Amino acid sequence: MLLADLLQLKDSELTARRPVTLRCCLAAGCLSSAGKEVKEALDKAVAEAGLDDRVQVLGVGCLRLCCEGPLVLCEEQGKEPILYERVQPEDATSLVGTFKGGTTHVRRGDLQHPFFTRQVSVVLENCGVIDPDRIECYISADGYLALRDALREMSPQEVIHTITRSGLRGRGGAGYPTGLKWATVAKTRSARKYVICNADEGDPGAFMDRSILESDPHRVIEGMIIAAYAVGAEQGYIYVRAEYPLAIQRLNTAIRQAKTAGLLGSGVMESPFNFDVAIRIGAGAFVCGEETALMASVEGQRGQPHPRPPYPAELGLFGHPTLINNVETFANVPPIIRKGADWFAGIGTEKSKGTKVFALAGKINRTGLIEVPMGTPLRVIVETMGGGAPDGNQIKAVQTGGPSGGCIPASHLDTPVEYESLAALGSIMGSGGMIVMDQDTNMVDVARFFMEFCRDESCGKCIPCRAGTVQLYDLLGKLLERRASAADLTQLEELCDMVKHTSLCGLGQTAPNPVLSTLNFFRQEYLNLLQAENRTSAEPAATG
Amino acid sequence: MAPLQSISFMAAKTLTIDGELISAEEDQSVLEAARDNDLHIPTLCHLGGVMAVGACRMCLVEVEGSPRLLSACTTRVAEGMVVHTNSERLRKYRRMILELLFAERNHVCAVCVSNGQCELQTLAMNHGMDHVRYPYRHPAFDVDLSHPRYGLDPHRCILCTRCVRACWHVEGAGTLNVAGRGDASRIITDLNQPWADSETCTSCGKCVQACPTGALFFQGSAVGEMQRDRSRLEYIVTARERKQWIV
Repeated sequence: MLLADLLQLKDSELTARRPVTLRCCLAAGCLSSAGKEVKEALDKAVAEAGLDDRVQVLGVGCLRLCCEGPLVLCEEQGKEPILYERVQPEDATSLVGTFKGGTTHVRRGDLQHPFFTRQVSVVLENCGVIDPDRIECYISADGYLALRDALREMSPQEVIHTITRSGLRGRGGAGYPTGLKWATVAKTRSARKYVICNADEGDPGAFMDRSILESDPHRVIEGMIIAAYAVGAEQGYIYVRAEYPLAIQRLNTAIRQAKTAGLLGSGVMESPFNFDVAIRIGAGAFVCGEETALMASVEGQRGQPHPRPPYPAELGLFGHPTLINNVETFANVPPIIRKGADWFAGIGTEKSKGTKVFALAGKINRTGLIEVPMGTPLRVIVETMGGGAPDGNQIKAVQTGGPSGGCIPASHLDTPVEYESLAALGSIMGSGGMIVMDQDTNMVDVARFFMEFCRDESCGKCIPCRAGTVQLYDLLGKLLERRASAADLTQLEELCDMVKHTSLCGLGQTAPNPVLSTLNFFRQEYLNLLQAENRTSAEPAATG
Repeated sequence: MAPLQSISFMAAKTLTIDGELISAEEDQSVLEAARDNDLHIPTLCHLGGVMAVGACRMCLVEVEGSPRLLSACTTRVAEGMVVHTNSERLRKYRRMILELLFAERNHVCAVCVSNGQCELQTLAMNHGMDHVRYPYRHPAFDVDLSHPRYGLDPHRCILCTRCVRACWHVEGAGTLNVAGRGDASRIITDLNQPWADSETCTSCGKCVQACPTGALFFQGSAVGEMQRDRSRLEYIVTARERKQWIV
């Protein structure tokens, strides 16, 4: 596959395009509510109406507004696109009938709503646009052009330099400068190196990586190949959690197609560079999202972390230097190479460049996937775009970062969403899960929910996490059952401090964060739960 | 100017531990360097001769310049490193870890074969643990006495995995493993079978020698009678790898 081949494929794809495209979302959310049946019904209706030469029905990835699925986007040349919501297979005939002058009762979404208009699609630019099962579709959207440029026009150092200048930071949650990580692996001398994509998205309520893998798998693969070229690796692994069978299936298809097209394997794009990718499937452990536990799992060992340092860049998979990045981080690489570091650095804020994909869930009117520039105020995300809490309720807090993160209370909703500002409030950006809570949410219960999760997912290797999360969970339960004293509250805080500072890995180190964050902003709720005789006269009685 | 020659020998390192300047071999851990210089850092999951895992967190030390506490057993020495091993904060954390351990399973010294010879007990005494602040969980486990010579009592296990490491890396049998996750973790033999049914166990007893508490013991030992020689494993490994026989 050379540049000429890529451009020719792109050309033939675009030429074959018919005037009307019906894009049917086939990502996990819409699929689970009959999205596939809708597409099949539309296929049939188009054929029966004799519109095959005018209308094409495309199965695409995530169309963003998950709560209104199954979604079908109708794009006709020269006309405004129409988003059909809650489409059912029975609606296919009337929907197709609109192209012959008929009408349909299927509800239309408002594409002018800020939920759509304020999104900036960098990572998700192909999601909901291309058919994820066809490499030709990806190529028609400039796919693999970045790889070609990197392999033929840039040296590995230049690739790393571009990524560094772009300001891209790890999207898995920690926000480590990606260029620096690549440079470290590149500079570690070794005969063998690995590249790993961490697709073990484990935060409850997070589905960003899942959507990217289901909707645009080639993008992630292209990012990995470019990374491997930059750091000097010849073998890559994508570690996907077993709970994402559709993502695994789409990745398998994509890898096979890329191999056939000479984009993977020996002589990538007929260059001297070799790179192969294999999938490794997880087995249901959140802790295997931690990089050293992930590598242990790939090696066939018990998925337990080991202390860092040494970091994977020095001692990684099978003892070799390893570059490990998140799905979204890799998905940012092709556009950065294609459009340049300066373009990317022009989006976002001074220290947090680019965009971030968020999965909006919880007590929010518009549940779904969004991508916004870094620095967008949280209020814009949850109120303007998300439509606020349903049934006229008030937003009380927004949880970011899952079980490792914290709550941002309503009073701080004007905070710009970026790494530093969220950390300053005691939370983290995390991988992108955003859980919205309303005035009826019990924040102590929220803290206990996340502690239960950490307790269940603790690998058991180190005592602070293994035994500490158990005791913390029990203490929170004692509070909620109103059997706790002020001394219990003190013990809760001391245990949080100890677990945070002595745990071996990030799971234990961040497990206390939801407790600490809710204690910081909603301390009164904890105090209200203390037994009456244990409260001082200055504290008010429980109001429930 | 001549380019830097590649160094083919391992330079010694000089570092400071608790205000004292000491020297160490380049690839030694902070723990090894400290012990070579008779500086004490408490440990539980460390066992001479098998690889360090940094699991118990007892050997955590403060290293100037690092925002995080580091486990001395897995941290390599660095030139000019300044280490503090015994601050009030570290002592507080160690005490809390010990209390969590005692509350986690059923460690009843009065009826235990390792009473008086137990590393957990000794550490608890050294850290002034005269009471436990956390509610005892009282889990119920099955004791495995199927093996003719040895016994495994999970109530006394602290999941340090010294037995697992000794079995895999010193004996090479691979009988012992950890199953389950979090506080449902447990030490198992082979595919979670009774020890007597294990096809890989060589009955070498290295796991029993490795165990810091009374979880693994010789059958027939009465309370406080469990004598073991924990340095035997280190002896074997040093002989094997360095051809040195420690007398």
